[in-house]
Amino acid sequence: MRKTAKFISTATAIAALMGSLSLAPINSAYAAEKKAMTPVQKGKKLAFHKKKGNCLACHKIAGGKMAGNMGPPLIAMKARYPDKAKLRAQIWDATKANANSAMPPFGRHKILSEKDIDLIVEYIYTL
Amino acid sequence: MKKILLIATAFSIAVGAPIMASASPSGDLKAFRAYFKKRFPDVNLSAYKDGIYAINKDRREAWLEFEDFAPPYEDGVEYGKKLFNKAFANGKTYASCFKNGGIGIRQDFPYFDAKKGDVVTLEGAINACRIKNGEKKLKWKKGKMAAISAYMGYTSRGKKVNVKIPNDPRAIAIYDEGKRQFYAKRGQLNFSCADCHVYGAGSMVRGNLLSPALGHVTHFPVWRKKWAKKTFAKKNKRGPTDGFGTLHRRYGGCNKQVRAKPFKAQKKEYKSLEYFHTYMSNGLVVNAPGLRQ
Ligand code: HEC
Ligand code: HEC
Repeated sequence: MRKTAKFISTATAIAALMGSLSLAPINSAYAAEKKAMTPVQKGKKLAFHKKKGNCLACHKIAGGKMAGNMGPPLIAMKARYPDKAKLRAQIWDATKANANSAMPPFGRHKILSEKDIDLIVEYIYTL
Repeated sequence: MKKILLIATAFSIAVGAPIMASASPSGDLKAFRAYFKKRFPDVNLSAYKDGIYAINKDRREAWLEFEDFAPPYEDGVEYGKKLFNKAFANGKTYASCFKNGGIGIRQDFPYFDAKKGDVVTLEGAINACRIKNGEKKLKWKKGKMAAISAYMGYTSRGKKVNVKIPNDPRAIAIYDEGKRQFYAKRGQLNFSCADCHVYGAGSMVRGNLLSPALGHVTHFPVWRKKWAKKTFAKKNKRGPTDGFGTLHRRYGGCNKQVRAKPFKAQKKEYKSLEYFHTYMSNGLVVNAPGLRQ
């Protein structure tokens, strides 16, 4: 079983699950654009990006295309998560609240960096 | 679904998720069926052989049109038949290795061989036959192997999957290992097969509709558009086996999707997974090869 825990390096990460691959490299224009963005905008970009959060694979989010429905639509987040830290914890490791959760543990499995998660929380909290 | 998900069991490598608490294969089978009956009350058991097309009308119609017109796997089945009937250097053929000359027997695989103490898959038996007759092994996941397997499956269409788990501790151990493989979370994305094909069956992951695990195996090898495209891109010419892949090829693909390292085809992990996975489809008819995206 130990073997199964070995991760394929992110370089070869297959995005098939998460829809089709977007192979375009992150170019410098993108980097410049990123600099000018607010944290919420950056968070949105990360949340929608197929190789980053890819939240749309499973959640309907306003403005997102081709959303899946394994998870509930992300709406009214402030009302549902008065405590922002709880929202972050859900994204960091969904299996804490539900051991059988199908939602990937983005923080615990280092799918996203701590900073990326912070940005995503900022964005999700506006929904 | 939510309710079932919430009856939490231990995280990670728990043997058996909630619906699989039963200790015997026949009990597991019952629980598995009952789950899907509840999940898709309008879908008859016999319909599950069609994967996502059993649970989505629109997609089914488009698919049937393809199936009825000129299914792209036909050339591959024809080619598989040729290979199957071609004599080895010693003059014998595959027919000499199988019950009923290898015709109409797909439904009995995989089976537990008490002499070997191991499970025998159809692909395993095909290569064992080659070795026995002084030929080299074929590659496991596609090409000629998939074509021969597809032909043998094709001759078995309409027969009911009939996998036996004898009351032999070695067979039970393999079955249990397969069940564990099926329910174990894995990969960076932390998914079990069951997450997508039991609890998630019928849900969408982006544009992909998730098929129920019940009926998964009946139509393997499958012919996939995606695989045909991939082969064509690599070789820049078309061949009859381009779209084919065996069940273990698909397993590998599903492991990679969750960023887990796939196991090798026909080693113990996937063989036991196939044993469990196929047993769950007992009684459904073989309809190989299937046509898929
Ligand atoms: C592969 C599926 C999947 C992906 C990808 C996914 N989630 Fe989830 N998410 C779920 C499921 C299923 C639930 C339902 C609760 C549970 O089972 O944990 C959930 C629940 C949630 C909840 C709690 C909602 C509520 O009503 O309490 C939040 C918040 C959330 N997800 C945010 C995210 C964010 C942000 C991302 C991307 C960074 C993401 N999810 C990616 C499947 C997913
Ligand atoms: C994250 C989601 C996900 C996980 C986890 C996953 N699969 Fe899949 N699987 C898919 C998708 C998407 C497809 C293509 C659509 C379909 O038929 O379900 C698929 C297709 C299949 C098929 C082909 C079905 C057909 O009718 O042709 C089989 C068999 C299969 N998966 C088995 C497995 C097994 C066994 C595991 C665990 C080792 C597994 N899958 C894990 C998403 C997943």
